[in-house]
Amino acid sequence: MAKEMMYGDAIAAAIVEEMQRDPNVVFYGQNMAMTERDPMLKKFGKERVRLAPISETAEIGIGIGAAMTGLRPIVELWMSEFMLVAFDQVINEAPRLRYMSGGQVSVPVVLKAGYGFCAGWAGQHSNCIYHTMMGIPGLKVVVPSTPADAKGLMAAAIRDDNPVVYLHPYMLTLDKGEVPDGEYVVPIGVADIKRTGTDVTIVAVGWMVKKALAAAERLAEEGISAEVVDPRTLAPLDVTSIVNSVKKTGRVVLVDQAPRQSSAAAVIAGEIAEHAVGCFHALRMVTALDTPIPYSEPLENYVVPNEDKIVEAVKSVMAHEAVAA
Amino acid sequence: MPQKTAKKSATRKAAAGSDQLRWMYTQMVRIREFEEAVKRTFIEHPGVIRGHSHLGDGAEASIVGALSTRRDTDFVMPSYRCHGYPIVLGTPLRNMMAEVFGRKDGLCHGFGGSMHLADPARYFPGTSGIIGQSIAHATGAALTAQVKKSGQIVYCFFGDGASKQGAFFESLNMAAVWRLPIVYVLENNQYQAYTHFRLEDANAAAGDPLSKKAEAFSMPGTTVDGTDPVAVRKVVAKAADRARAGRGPSLVETKFYRLSAHGNVITVPPLPTQFPEHEAVAVYGNRKEFEQWKAKDPIKRFRARLLKDGRLTETAAKRIEATARAEVEDAVQFALASPLPAPEEALLYVYA
Repeated sequence: MAKEMMYGDAIAAAIVEEMQRDPNVVFYGQNMAMTERDPMLKKFGKERVRLAPISETAEIGIGIGAAMTGLRPIVELWMSEFMLVAFDQVINEAPRLRYMSGGQVSVPVVLKAGYGFCAGWAGQHSNCIYHTMMGIPGLKVVVPSTPADAKGLMAAAIRDDNPVVYLHPYMLTLDKGEVPDGEYVVPIGVADIKRTGTDVTIVAVGWMVKKALAAAERLAEEGISAEVVDPRTLAPLDVTSIVNSVKKTGRVVLVDQAPRQSSAAAVIAGEIAEHAVGCFHALRMVTALDTPIPYSEPLENYVVPNEDKIVEAVKSVMAHEAVAA
Repeated sequence: MPQKTAKKSATRKAAAGSDQLRWMYTQMVRIREFEEAVKRTFIEHPGVIRGHSHLGDGAEASIVGALSTRRDTDFVMPSYRCHGYPIVLGTPLRNMMAEVFGRKDGLCHGFGGSMHLADPARYFPGTSGIIGQSIAHATGAALTAQVKKSGQIVYCFFGDGASKQGAFFESLNMAAVWRLPIVYVLENNQYQAYTHFRLEDANAAAGDPLSKKAEAFSMPGTTVDGTDPVAVRKVVAKAADRARAGRGPSLVETKFYRLSAHGNVITVPPLPTQFPEHEAVAVYGNRKEFEQWKAKDPIKRFRARLLKDGRLTETAAKRIEATARAEVEDAVQFALASPLPAPEEALLYVYA
């Protein structure tokens, strides 16, 4: 059985269910659980649900220390850029401590943050910084694109014994979708084919999955069959699923809300180049332009990928002649 | 000198009995012997120790005095200058030295080295090499103790330099707001790497003790002579009692003097490295300061006091010292004989 839920509610449902399941899960962050009326506080008590001061280094560092000693903290960071003031903890502490200890400790902490808030938040609250966390062995990065994945990946992140950065596209918060009832866990590190197709593979991340699916609908009307692959996890990346799809279709468009330079798309392009060499005819990247995110709406729209840009890119790779077999 | 049994009840309190004092002296000597052996290794076995090692000689009274108040399951979370603490916890010196030497039998199988010893089975979960950041981790361990109502407290050790980091201020604020069971031991060894603390600390520049920082978090702050383990014990015991009673964190500044340089000389291979002269001499040309503090060597002073008070005989002291020396020599030999890890083991432990 499944029921329709909003993306944001699906995340909350996973947190509630995991907190009911495991008394070691705690949840804290800024500007939450501020009054006795808070439903999470009512349900789980003030030991496990806490208001934190505006101190990202300590919030994340405390989460790490608590994880090292037996809790499973979820740190609500609200916006991914706020992690930047505490990047030592994210990049150089959480993913290193287990390795440096020779496997003696584990750090099961979830760092939850929204990203890519393209609604006029300008240069410091709308960016995609996941590429800075993709190349950090020991750190897992998940980017769910549907309410079902949002729930299942949050459950998986909480249960995972490693530090997991859980990034949710703010623009999907109100989107509705079917979410399976009860316990639902989506494995970390496994991509999902969101739409099957035969002519071209579109690999899209987060909010861009929705745009890629809309583009695929339009392309279908023009007789182009697009397969949409959602990596769901950026680290570790499910290269096999992506490469298999590319080998099947022979053409690929990579869609990423991040700027082109050092984007997830660029990383995926490198993997495809090495692992699908000789099996594809053309590759295009549709990314944000290499600018900060501007404030005014037309400027913002210009910089960020959209359906039209995806359709155009797909048509351009379709125009390439098939390589002779 | 009278050693009445009536004194024994006092060991439960801050005052230490003879057994306790001898235990403290023994641990201090074991730390010093270990650190001296690490230092000698750079000369006797060049190339065996890679990277950067940081020694705790001079900190023995602070480490042992503080940890003499610890109960069996309390967490100990120091910085990267971390050799002394596990020695007190009973971590085998063999595995510690093997880790410093990067060997398979090392505590962390050669993955951490001198800066990153860890022995979670003995409630020492690990360290960070980035100054001040582990203060937040220690505070997290205190959150675990509070949420689980385990009765544990956390002993968090860091240097004077770390108290200039944001992690220090943020962590102490959160610990105070959440009334976490933790004792922050600010080990003021007077030099942040190469910088004298008066050059970078607002309190010190104003002639105030560093424990004044506690006022900003409305928690108790005390400065104590960190060369006197009994004095440290007394102050930390009070802070530990407060943490155990659920009344929240305290800050204790133990003031002493690092007797070795910050670390071995940073060189690029194949140039050899070893410990240079102390910064007081090498950087500031102040041999007088160095010699004055050397005369206050906590181990020499504690030994003389125990002998004078009749708590320890010369024979017993020599036995403690010989035993520690033999234990450390055995650790060095064990570590030298331990194999290096197989290269492909590098892929282990990335993910749990």
